[in-house]
Amino acid sequence: MSETKIGRREFLTSVGVVGAASASVNALAPVAAEAQTASQAAATPPAAEAAGYEYLKPVEQAFVEALVDHMIPKDELTGSGTELGIATYIDRALAGAWGKGARLYKDGPWQRGTPNQGYQLPLTPAELYRAAIEGSNAYCRKTFGKDFDRCNPEQKEAFLKDLAAGKITLEGGLPGRAFFVVLYDNVMEGMFADPIYGGNKDKAGWKMIGFPGVLANNAENVKKYSDGKKFPANPISIADMS
Amino acid sequence: MVTKLPPVDILIVGMGWTGGILAKELGPTGLKIAVLERGGTRSTQNDFSVPLIRDELRFSQRHDLMMDVSKDTYTIRNKPSEPALPMRRLGSFLPGEGLGGAGAHWNGVTWRWPDHEFRIRTKYEGRYGKNFIPADMPIQDWGITGAEIEPYYDKFEYTAGVSGKAGNIKGQIQPGGNPFEDPRGRDYPNPPLVANHASKLFAKAATELGYHPYPRPAANSSRPYTNPDGMLLGQCQYCGFCERFGCEANAKGSPHITVIPVALRYSNVDLRTYCWVTKVLMDSTGKKATGVAYVNVLTGEEIEQPADLVILAAYGLSNVHLMLLSGIGKPYDPETQTGVIGKNYAYQGGSNVALFFEGVSFNPFIASGGWGTSIDDFHTNWNFDRSKHGYIGGSYISVGGSNGRPITYRPVPPGTPPWGSAWKRATAKWYQSALAIGASGMVMPNRYNTLDLDPTYKNRFGQPLMRMTFDFKDNEQKMNRHSAEVIGQIGRAMNPTIMGNPNPRLTWNVVPYQSTHNTGGAIMGTDPGTSALNKYLQSWDVANLFVMGASAFPHNSGYNPTGPVGALAYWAADAIRERYLRNPRQLV
Repeated sequence: MSETKIGRREFLTSVGVVGAASASVNALAPVAAEAQTASQAAATPPAAEAAGYEYLKPVEQAFVEALVDHMIPKDELTGSGTELGIATYIDRALAGAWGKGARLYKDGPWQRGTPNQGYQLPLTPAELYRAAIEGSNAYCRKTFGKDFDRCNPEQKEAFLKDLAAGKITLEGGLPGRAFFVVLYDNVMEGMFADPIYGGNKDKAGWKMIGFPGVLANNAENVKKYSDGKKFPANPISIADMS
Repeated sequence: MVTKLPPVDILIVGMGWTGGILAKELGPTGLKIAVLERGGTRSTQNDFSVPLIRDELRFSQRHDLMMDVSKDTYTIRNKPSEPALPMRRLGSFLPGEGLGGAGAHWNGVTWRWPDHEFRIRTKYEGRYGKNFIPADMPIQDWGITGAEIEPYYDKFEYTAGVSGKAGNIKGQIQPGGNPFEDPRGRDYPNPPLVANHASKLFAKAATELGYHPYPRPAANSSRPYTNPDGMLLGQCQYCGFCERFGCEANAKGSPHITVIPVALRYSNVDLRTYCWVTKVLMDSTGKKATGVAYVNVLTGEEIEQPADLVILAAYGLSNVHLMLLSGIGKPYDPETQTGVIGKNYAYQGGSNVALFFEGVSFNPFIASGGWGTSIDDFHTNWNFDRSKHGYIGGSYISVGGSNGRPITYRPVPPGTPPWGSAWKRATAKWYQSALAIGASGMVMPNRYNTLDLDPTYKNRFGQPLMRMTFDFKDNEQKMNRHSAEVIGQIGRAMNPTIMGNPNPRLTWNVVPYQSTHNTGGAIMGTDPGTSALNKYLQSWDVANLFVMGASAFPHNSGYNPTGPVGALAYWAADAIRERYLRNPRQLV
């Protein structure tokens, strides 16, 4: 990784706009473009690592960044969710075929159904995020007096716990639990999917647990490590082999 | 505008395990055979190479090799009083699509279901009395015996390169194998896969408790292997990307490297991919199939393909769906308990428990697909007394562990918060130090577990979706609670640092993956009044229609279905080639 490459997060930090991203992204565009040029001069990064957002709007960016940093905090094990690229991962997933409803049966009529019947909303994942982030911020404003990304850690924790427990119905009757189920999967995907998708930056998720990635040949290892001894993983990603 | 093609002698719907076996076995007749596959072609080099195939997000989370439910899906409900709603995403089960079908992305566990399952009603009535079988449980004999099918199990195991250890060769119990299995003519083609640390701990505890552990048989080749058709399999590399993925080492017995290329050597076998069969066409008597209607999904063109003999060899659920869409056989009505199509739909149950061993590494990413260590003391063991537990069936219990892929495999002890630094620390600490014991339980048919056509929802061709009505009933709940007790007992004997709560499956939820072992709906049997097919998988109603797959199973075992699916395809192919084609008629 080039030392001259500057991530969006560091950018926002360096110019003191974290927490006010919604108003500032466009103003930063020329600087971001400069950083991108510097980065390309060193090495052409995979598209998923490119700075900026493809689908999420500024308020949604702030929500997702705050969410992934709360769920995956920076600590002795890894950097924060945004440092791991999880917000970028989510943005790219929503902008891509999955976000637009690929492999989702979309025909009506629609009914809520029982929990055993699974996802039954008429929304693609991208549409769900759009509506549910708006609804979540409205809920947080009503409950805590501010948008989710401006809430303190205790308020964020309380909101997410209630969302996960199915205690929150968002604006328009949207079931909060349906949003949580999708976003939780997405956070885990952003942490542990191959880095070509924009998350799991520097294979940090894999290094945290000792997952070796796309390692090909264990016919000998399976015998050598069949007694409780730990396999020394040095994770390899798809890009490493391409 | 429908294009009508010149007739063929034999038309096969679907090119997975069963379509491949039928095409390979019928190829030598020289008859004109067309095989229609709704998905595209697949090859190891182009589809399963490294690093492309080692992509958990694409293949496991986004189901790249599987059925696309935006085009066709099922509606689902737990009981007839509920509205059925579409399965909008894949989850609980994962049918395949494309050349090789689910045989490309299966794990490879390959069993021989025993004789007492094929004669289930006779055996249970004989031992426990007629009243032991609940009135709403239409279990019935299959019309075959274990001895009849044994040579065909052998054929399939040698085709797919199964690795295992025989437990009973011609009546002689073999040390280290499953002592409860039926007699077999010879051992597996390949020796067992390596036993990992988790398997060793399980085997030790199970043995101390008086159970009989043995290596689970798997179509993951433990060494380079040439099958009887001359097809080469590589050696399993224990890569940890088996189920949901294709094998880059050609070590997983899969149709695209075994039966399909052999079938395609015959110039009279014509494979057509991207051809989606929408209906079996019938003559005016309703007793004879005249061919099929299909859509070329690349152009949308509608085509009629006349044929003398039609063989349904798609995924089992799709076979039943096609029969219902084509009006073949009488649809089953659970109220009157008459009709046969859609009857005896079953799934698979079980229980599981997670164990955590501080400071021990199981290296879960070093894994084969079907490997593991199992016990059959509560399953194929006919001497296990079911009357004490009050259920029909049983469960086999294993430690396997085919998957350390971290988007889906992230075991943490009970009580761990689901996010935050505490979650990260627990995940980092326990990811390598956990194992799971799983029980896979039989499911008996129930009159209200059925398949039929949905009245509301349609597929991309405007045809009704198939509706699945299913839940685990009292019999299965008792069985799964019992297996949960047993896995808890074994788990404690393994002396873990922490053990989770053994968790029995009590209701069917379509979201989490459980098993792609959907059975029944077009079942074989001895009586046209209670089954759709005779013992050769030939339709009772339409003599020139044969129906392959697990849809023919009158009940579901705890065992995985691919062993008997493959064996019965070989068995039916023999009957078609040696008997039916010489004189086309009802064989029974």
